[in-house]
Amino acid sequence: MQIYLPIAEVSVNAFLLLGLGGLVGVLSGMFGVGGGFLMTPLLFFIGIPPAVAVATEANQIVASSFSGVLAHLRRKTVDLKMGTVLLIGGLMGAALGVLLFNYLKSLGQVDLLVRLCYVVFLGVIGALMFVESLNAIRRARKATTASVPKRRQRSWVHAMPFKMRFRTSGLYISVIPPLLVGLSVGVLAAIMGVGGGFIMVPAMIYLLGMPTKVVVGTSLFQIIFVTAFTTMLHATTNYTVDMALAVLLLIGGVIGAQIGTRIGVKMKAEQLRILLAMMVLAVCAKLALDLLWQPNELYSIGAAGGH
Amino acid sequence: MRFLLAIFALVAASMATAKEEVVLGLSQNRVAITANFDGSEILIFGAVKRETPLPGGSSLGVVVAVEGPSVPLTVRRKEKKFGIWINTDALEIDSAPAFYAVATSGPFEEVINQTEDLRHHVSIPRSIRSVGAPANIKNVEEFTEAVIRIRKNNGLYQTLEGAVEVDQETLFKTSIALPSNLTEGKYKTRVFLTRNGEVVSNYETQIDVQKVGLERFLFNLSRENPLVYGLMSLAIAIAAGWGASAIFRVFRQA
Repeated sequence: MQIYLPIAEVSVNAFLLLGLGGLVGVLSGMFGVGGGFLMTPLLFFIGIPPAVAVATEANQIVASSFSGVLAHLRRKTVDLKMGTVLLIGGLMGAALGVLLFNYLKSLGQVDLLVRLCYVVFLGVIGALMFVESLNAIRRARKATTASVPKRRQRSWVHAMPFKMRFRTSGLYISVIPPLLVGLSVGVLAAIMGVGGGFIMVPAMIYLLGMPTKVVVGTSLFQIIFVTAFTTMLHATTNYTVDMALAVLLLIGGVIGAQIGTRIGVKMKAEQLRILLAMMVLAVCAKLALDLLWQPNELYSIGAAGGH
Repeated sequence: MRFLLAIFALVAASMATAKEEVVLGLSQNRVAITANFDGSEILIFGAVKRETPLPGGSSLGVVVAVEGPSVPLTVRRKEKKFGIWINTDALEIDSAPAFYAVATSGPFEEVINQTEDLRHHVSIPRSIRSVGAPANIKNVEEFTEAVIRIRKNNGLYQTLEGAVEVDQETLFKTSIALPSNLTEGKYKTRVFLTRNGEVVSNYETQIDVQKVGLERFLFNLSRENPLVYGLMSLAIAIAAGWGASAIFRVFRQA
């Protein structure tokens, strides 16, 4: 069944969109990532104009994250206090990111920057997570009973002022690191058109030392508000949010997210992380090859006056 | 689109000297873009009206051109720099139609000669206007060629040589396929009658391509009330997220 999208001005298969939404939704629920880093390139691939894809994707992430966070709230795996701190940073970051994005747009190299951002961040994070999870699995196999829980190392994160107690996460740390994490994720989210979960989840685990159990729910909580903010920015300034596209994607997405959350509970944290790492690396490799190989069409058509 | 809405319009006697005139019909003079719009086909047909007997020695040529709204474009070219492919040169094209289809009754050069093509902007390259290019860009024409190549691949630009059927030097018909990725606007439709490559008569009309119903409503709302539109998008997203969560909870408890 073909459907004509009023803002994107293209006609696409409705079931294809539902399917894409569902697939990305499952991943979103499993890993606590918005799925934007997968969905946005997929939308480009089926012929949705990039500006519409990025803006609409933000709207769709709101839906799948909201659906996911409700499941996590019920299981009490959301650190609301930490989430709020991350959110404050995130909103500031998103505003900064939009400013930076518009500046680069005026220089005419925004596409390249977005792609390079993807390759660098996905590559580094994917590789780190992959190695770390592999080691964790190996450790768990070698010493099943003998391992003594290691005391958490005190790093620079613990040496900062403005300490705050985060009861759900079992942390007593300064608010500056989570604010900075939120801020940088917000900037990247605005530039790359994604929720930023794939950066925030590892940052929460490795930088803030949060327990893996609460990381997913908390990042979803933060993502809802940051992407809602981004959606409003796009809708009011660029008019690129396509409601018809968003509805189709989110019907698939919210159902997928529910299924994904349940799969995620049944899997071990290490397995979950190694799967996410592999996926991140696959997307990174695809984008890197696109930059390195000679494209079939050297020319591209854009709207006049800028990007 | 099955509903045939034939509109015959007689040419005003603007060309008193012309011995042959076009009488044109369209299967539809407006195209409605609905939610399940999947492209459309327009049948363009007509007859040649003449007061004098058939001029001998040359056969009649017919050219039909359908042109979508024109907008300025930026075309970028990629080059390999530092090992990766990045956009380097960019060229502004002053005006290029969003859609352009030209159908002829025979090989293009035989039906209409270059002078007439230049005067009436009939062929695809003539429909694209690009005035000055910055001096630092080489091979300017390659940019225009790229626009034509890319849009031909998308079905937005079509050259249909021999697609106009001419019967008894009097009746002609052709059909133009409008792709699903159509933009809104007034589509200028022109018909040229030629003899020996010279245009002897032409006729112009319009096809309105418009979004209707829900498509129209959403598009207008997004432009006129972006704040309301944005909030509505968010409300739908949150409701859908909550709904799915609630439904799944019922399933799990059952």
